[in-house]
Amino acid sequence: MDIKPEEMIKIHNPIPKKSWMDTPPDLSEGKFCYPAKAKTMEYLGIPNARDWSPADEDWKLPENWQQIIHEGFKDRLDKYRSLKVFMDICVRCGACADKCHFFIGSGDPKNMPFLRAELLRSIYRNDFTALGKLLGKIGGARKITPTVIKEWFSYFYQCTECRRCSVFCPYGIDTAEVTMMGRELLSLLGININWISDPVANCSKTGNHLGIQPQNFKEIVEFFCEDIEEISGIKINPSFNRKGAEILFVTPSGDAFADPGTYTFMGYLMLFEHIGLDYTLSTYASEGGNFGLFTSSDQMKKLNAKMYHEAERLGVKYILGGECGHMWRVVNQYMGTMNGPANFLEVPKNPITGTVFENSASTKMVHIAEFTADLIKHNKLKLDPSRNDHLNVTWHDSCNPARAMGILDEPRYVLKSVCNNFHEMPVNTIREQTFCCGSGAGLNTEEIMEQRLRGGLPRANAVKYVHEKYGVNSLACMCAIDRAALPPLMDYWVPGVDVTGLHELVGNALVMDGEKERTLNLRLEDLPGAEGDSDER
Amino acid sequence: MGIYKHLDSHAKEIVKAWNARFAGSYPSEGGRFIMKEKDPFNNPIGAMAQKAFTEVFAILSQKSEPDPEALRAKIDPIIRLRAVQTFIPSEGVAFIFPLKDVVRDALKKEVKEGMVSQKDLDAFYNRVDQLSLWAFDVYMACREQIYRLRASDVRTRTLNVLKNKGILCEVPEVGTEILPHDVYKNGGFEKSDEDPDRGL
Ligand code: SF4
Ligand code: SF4
Repeated sequence: MDIKPEEMIKIHNPIPKKSWMDTPPDLSEGKFCYPAKAKTMEYLGIPNARDWSPADEDWKLPENWQQIIHEGFKDRLDKYRSLKVFMDICVRCGACADKCHFFIGSGDPKNMPFLRAELLRSIYRNDFTALGKLLGKIGGARKITPTVIKEWFSYFYQCTECRRCSVFCPYGIDTAEVTMMGRELLSLLGININWISDPVANCSKTGNHLGIQPQNFKEIVEFFCEDIEEISGIKINPSFNRKGAEILFVTPSGDAFADPGTYTFMGYLMLFEHIGLDYTLSTYASEGGNFGLFTSSDQMKKLNAKMYHEAERLGVKYILGGECGHMWRVVNQYMGTMNGPANFLEVPKNPITGTVFENSASTKMVHIAEFTADLIKHNKLKLDPSRNDHLNVTWHDSCNPARAMGILDEPRYVLKSVCNNFHEMPVNTIREQTFCCGSGAGLNTEEIMEQRLRGGLPRANAVKYVHEKYGVNSLACMCAIDRAALPPLMDYWVPGVDVTGLHELVGNALVMDGEKERTLNLRLEDLPGAEGDSDER
Repeated sequence: MGIYKHLDSHAKEIVKAWNARFAGSYPSEGGRFIMKEKDPFNNPIGAMAQKAFTEVFAILSQKSEPDPEALRAKIDPIIRLRAVQTFIPSEGVAFIFPLKDVVRDALKKEVKEGMVSQKDLDAFYNRVDQLSLWAFDVYMACREQIYRLRASDVRTRTLNVLKNKGILCEVPEVGTEILPHDVYKNGGFEKSDEDPDRGL
């Protein structure tokens, strides 16, 4: 008999004959984030800590797990009106369906935002609505089972809480918040992921996600200053934990400890030195990021409070925030209700230009992109954009500062002032419609690299377009997770494009008072035209 | 060898049908979206598939022997995609084979009328088999790249910064496994005779 190869290799066609409810999640090795360790969870005081693996058949759920979920759900419905609204009003119009980068990159229907929300909604209908109880599956309701818990774990950790879907929902349903609730409920059962719980624990111990101690934080900044001196001839001595400074500067620890964020940190230091800013760094508030946002509101509240405690302790007037994404979302969207307004601080005012940042009247925290844009607008910086001429830059709007907070034009204004070659990606991939890096919300962990690479495909695809069309070779952004997540994404999909922070480019273009003629950029590479390609040859 | 001009005249429908078979390897809503959405930025999978299949078929349907390098380059983006989706390796490249069915269907009339012989078809099928092998090479290279990226991610890059600056220190139980404890060294906590309380 003559068997053809195409018959031997059966074409896998997983068209679900069954409804999505009956399609179990795939939790084989490599398809899930590593779970939080028992000792970390105990340290954080999260209940039901245990060592387990998502690949196990038995997840060792606490005995009364159904009751825990039911009560936890009820509490949250009472506490957050928005949750109840989101559970009730979706009309399944499908406007959000194809807007999620995870759906676009995977073709998996459970990554369609309304189905993601349906994972929770189906339980809501069963437990909290009369109709759902009555109609059961026909009414889109179902009872909670261990498989549902597994499904939640799989799909709430395939959502980066980026909110792209909500932009398209006529009712403003925010699936990111549904995901947050789903993760909180899981957390009540002791189900968390390591990449989130470890940073939260670290941050509680040492003040930053990476667990770096104060003296190391200070040392690394001093190393940056040595490099800056080599590049510019200018010696900088930033202060740490200095009481009475006017401004406390807080940035994600990724800027201090992971390339290419480190070059952005150097950019901050050079800028502050140049304008003579009266600021201090803190070895206690050595983290702007807040992985609490990705696990529970309690943890988020605690980590956010730390920055403000430090501001109060040092007696500064306000906080200047570095290039961070989700710090911004926490401060602007949740802090008001969680921690209350920071009335012990003053409404931020740029000491150089006199601009009062009324938009920060409650939070007392200014984003560095606004701050620098204001300096440039008032002509307070001398800039030589030609130092970035070897770069052809495009701008990635990071979900949190862009879509959630509307910081869209300030970074572009800064960017265009510090470099000569700039090209936007296609309109449906930027600004409010920006595509996520694929690794947000605590998902930038290496064990799920495939998930990150496919979730980041829509972003990378748009970069590829400007790379091929305009020769773009630099992807700028203002978020530490992006700076960590985009390099592998580019390496895989668009080799030849490097990732940079906004203030790295500022630092390169900035002509500082008394500087020597520069031959090196902040990466200690030759500046364009400086490597003896003309008369020295 | 009369098959190539016929392949050429059916190119459009063949690519379309191949594309449909490819989209069929995704769950229904996913497959439908991949086929239907026309904006390449909203639907990169669909756009990549359309481009790859058009270009690959253009090479395969030429009379001259296909150049392996050119084929590898054209099939790369779509294989790259499959390598990060939740397929097992054989499923990852399996979408190549339906091209044979598709071609057989498209040339039904020509075969019947004797304009294309079984031998002609077999020669084309051989090219498809070759393509699948090259596709597998690309698939493996992508997987290796993914492993490399995994190994060189944030954790490693952070450690490198600290190592290069020589400021790792050994401090048990400070910092959990984001940075393994054992790689800290010498961060100002060394034991010293004058101050026996120092160090850990
Ligand atoms: S918030 Fe982002 S990741 Fe989550 S469902 Fe919406 S689009 Fe997808
Ligand atoms: S767009 Fe809004 S209402 Fe429509 S399906 Fe999505 S969540 Fe539901």
